[in-house]
Amino acid sequence: MVRAIGIILAGGNNHRMKELSQKRAICAMPIAGSYRSIDFTLSNMSNSHIQKVAVFTQYNARSLNEHLSSSKWWDFGRKQGGLFVFTPAVTAENANWYRGTADAIYQNLSFLKSSHEPYVVIASGDGVYKMDFNKVLEYHIEKKADITVVCRDMDSDTNIERFGTIRMNEESRIEELEEKPLLAKSRTVSCGIYVLRRRQLIEMIEKCAEEDRYDFVRDILIRYKDVKRIYGYKMKDYWRNIASVEDYYGTNMDFLKPEVRDYFFKQYPDIYSKVDDLPPAKYNVGSQVRNSLMASGCIVNGVVENSVIFKKCYIGNNCVIRNSIILNDVYIGDNTRIENCIVESRDTIRANSTYTEEPGRIRIVVERNDRYVI
Amino acid sequence: MIKKEMIAMLLAGGQGSRLGVLTSKVAKPAVAFGGKYRIIDFPLSNCINSGVDTVGVLTQYRPLRLNTHIGIGIPWDLDRNIGGVTVLPPYEKSSNSEWYTGTANAIYQNMEYMEGFHPEYVLILSGDHIYKMDYEVMLDFHKANGAEVTIAVMPVPMEEASRFGIMIADENRRITEFEEKPEHPRSNLASMGIYIFNWKTLKNALMAMADQPALDFGKHVIPYCHKQGSPLYAYEFTGYWKDVGTLNSYWEANMELIDIVPEFNLYEEYWKIYTGSEIQPPQYLSENSVVERSIIGEGTNVFGEVYNSVIGCGVTVGKGTVIRDSIVMNRTQIGDGCQLNKAIIAEDAEIGSHVRLGMGDEAENDTAPHIYNHGIVTIGEKSVIPDGITVGKNTVIFGVTTAADYTDASLASGKTLIKAGE
Repeated sequence: MVRAIGIILAGGNNHRMKELSQKRAICAMPIAGSYRSIDFTLSNMSNSHIQKVAVFTQYNARSLNEHLSSSKWWDFGRKQGGLFVFTPAVTAENANWYRGTADAIYQNLSFLKSSHEPYVVIASGDGVYKMDFNKVLEYHIEKKADITVVCRDMDSDTNIERFGTIRMNEESRIEELEEKPLLAKSRTVSCGIYVLRRRQLIEMIEKCAEEDRYDFVRDILIRYKDVKRIYGYKMKDYWRNIASVEDYYGTNMDFLKPEVRDYFFKQYPDIYSKVDDLPPAKYNVGSQVRNSLMASGCIVNGVVENSVIFKKCYIGNNCVIRNSIILNDVYIGDNTRIENCIVESRDTIRANSTYTEEPGRIRIVVERNDRYVI
Repeated sequence: MIKKEMIAMLLAGGQGSRLGVLTSKVAKPAVAFGGKYRIIDFPLSNCINSGVDTVGVLTQYRPLRLNTHIGIGIPWDLDRNIGGVTVLPPYEKSSNSEWYTGTANAIYQNMEYMEGFHPEYVLILSGDHIYKMDYEVMLDFHKANGAEVTIAVMPVPMEEASRFGIMIADENRRITEFEEKPEHPRSNLASMGIYIFNWKTLKNALMAMADQPALDFGKHVIPYCHKQGSPLYAYEFTGYWKDVGTLNSYWEANMELIDIVPEFNLYEEYWKIYTGSEIQPPQYLSENSVVERSIIGEGTNVFGEVYNSVIGCGVTVGKGTVIRDSIVMNRTQIGDGCQLNKAIIAEDAEIGSHVRLGMGDEAENDTAPHIYNHGIVTIGEKSVIPDGITVGKNTVIFGVTTAADYTDASLASGKTLIKAGE
């Protein structure tokens, strides 16, 4: 699809991630042992043959920048196109941070103007999903839509109060769009993925800026919904937004299900990530790992159950890790017990410690002890 | 002008026939090692870690896998504007076209490649050893001694010295004599097949010896340099170095990786070993799995039990299957209820359910006892073994086999079953 360029909105942060977002932007959150959240959208774009992708980022982008230090992992290092990371910059006309998603696009409008591809795919960087954007584009063209919004029906046990909800008519034209309503009138939520013509986007964004409006959803989608032809494209496959502690935990735990692993790890196309050149995981005497994911570079000496262990973790003798997520490069000393926790990356957990939370609740562990390793 | 102080020439053309069916489709340097690596990853990573960013890889035997693996050198950061990695196969010339007939002949045929970089020094490496070595330290030694040729040597037990090329050096490490596989060795310094040459010395020697058939470094070039009076020095290396030339040494070197603190440690922060990783997902260990004293690569699913083994990437170990003391390479699928004992299974093999490997008493292999020994079961790449087969020790299976290929659903110890149509 050289017919479209990609924009990834990666700036956001929210209080729902609690301590986890202190260190990094949400879309740099590690997912499923070996990936980061933004890998899913980046890989989807690459697999849809989008060659030129801009990532707009603002909040604590160090971790994200490090992850995106080379574009070759997603195959964007081409002469045509490439991967562009735009952080707010002071210019002759502007000295503001990104005041919203629309403002982020406005401040980098030259990127849109200098492109020649007729369409734009806008996506957030905090979704875990696979998608062929060509299919959305075909739908968009077939419906003669001005904007197509990817949406998904959520089942009744999912808490949707942090999403935008959508109501469509029988032709899938969006009739109602509410941002984070207290009382949702529909179980259909927006996935934060939009397709529209590039010129259309430029025009709308410029208008928006003239009126000092900054938000793509509120000031474009909702405001224009009766004037423009906005359609919903329903996706049915796995999709999950990770931007709350519960959803982040749940998304990672979903990967312990065989069907989810099969969908993401075995079926075409693949999800790509930065290669870390870590050795294979090593299991020493005393290791007992059950129903868990283990990333490369880990060394296990203890018991791990129903957990996701990210890259390069060390788990000491007699440790018991249950129902937990251990992020990258965590060192866990001997005889430690961790249950129902998310352990922040690069933590050092002293020997003989206990971190537990009752089932159904999630404790975030942030420990900054000195680490002495051989 | 393009100039590199030292370039490396990596000899990767050999078959390594003592690895049996493991190298029947790939050159030895491309054989998998340690779960996710290939043997050539070690010298290539050593090069980039030592600051040598120009590497010519000489290929000849079955180069496809090697070419695919090396690509443009991205995993080793050897994709460079100037230098980087270049694969150098033999090529046709207007006269005297020939294959690479010996180690030094291969280098001789690529004189133009080397000249293009105007090097001061040329490092000669072979692609079949497992080790970590800083070639820059060796170069410093070479310069400090004013050597024209430096040979890396390794002290070996005296009783084994007669298997190697032995260097006899004076107290300043200057080589006074050398012997190729001597019956009564006078020193225990074995040549590791790693040389640093002054470019001028190397060029002169290769030009002078060009007509020597099967021109070889150990047999011809080094003796020539010595005769010409070039100062030759022995650089002693004391770290881990393993020649994985035989199935047993290959098996042992893999098994050494699973020790608590392995002598050859892949988990050190500096001196990383790089490889091309096409499989990225984490590995999954199921509810009833047991894994102890093993290393396992990315994307592998374990539903059974694994002890003392090295398992590659993208492997499936079925329910109730018990693997002991074995090496399983990338993407091999193993069914349910199998028992694997001391087996080496190459890439992309399919082992059915209730297959038992390495059972019964030992018997000498009937076709190649010098290759298939130590009780190891060797399964070639892309081989298929149907359900319910029992296989003895010192056996080899290669190709897509069906139940009809076995008598009483078994292959006795010492038997060979090679069905590979090319």
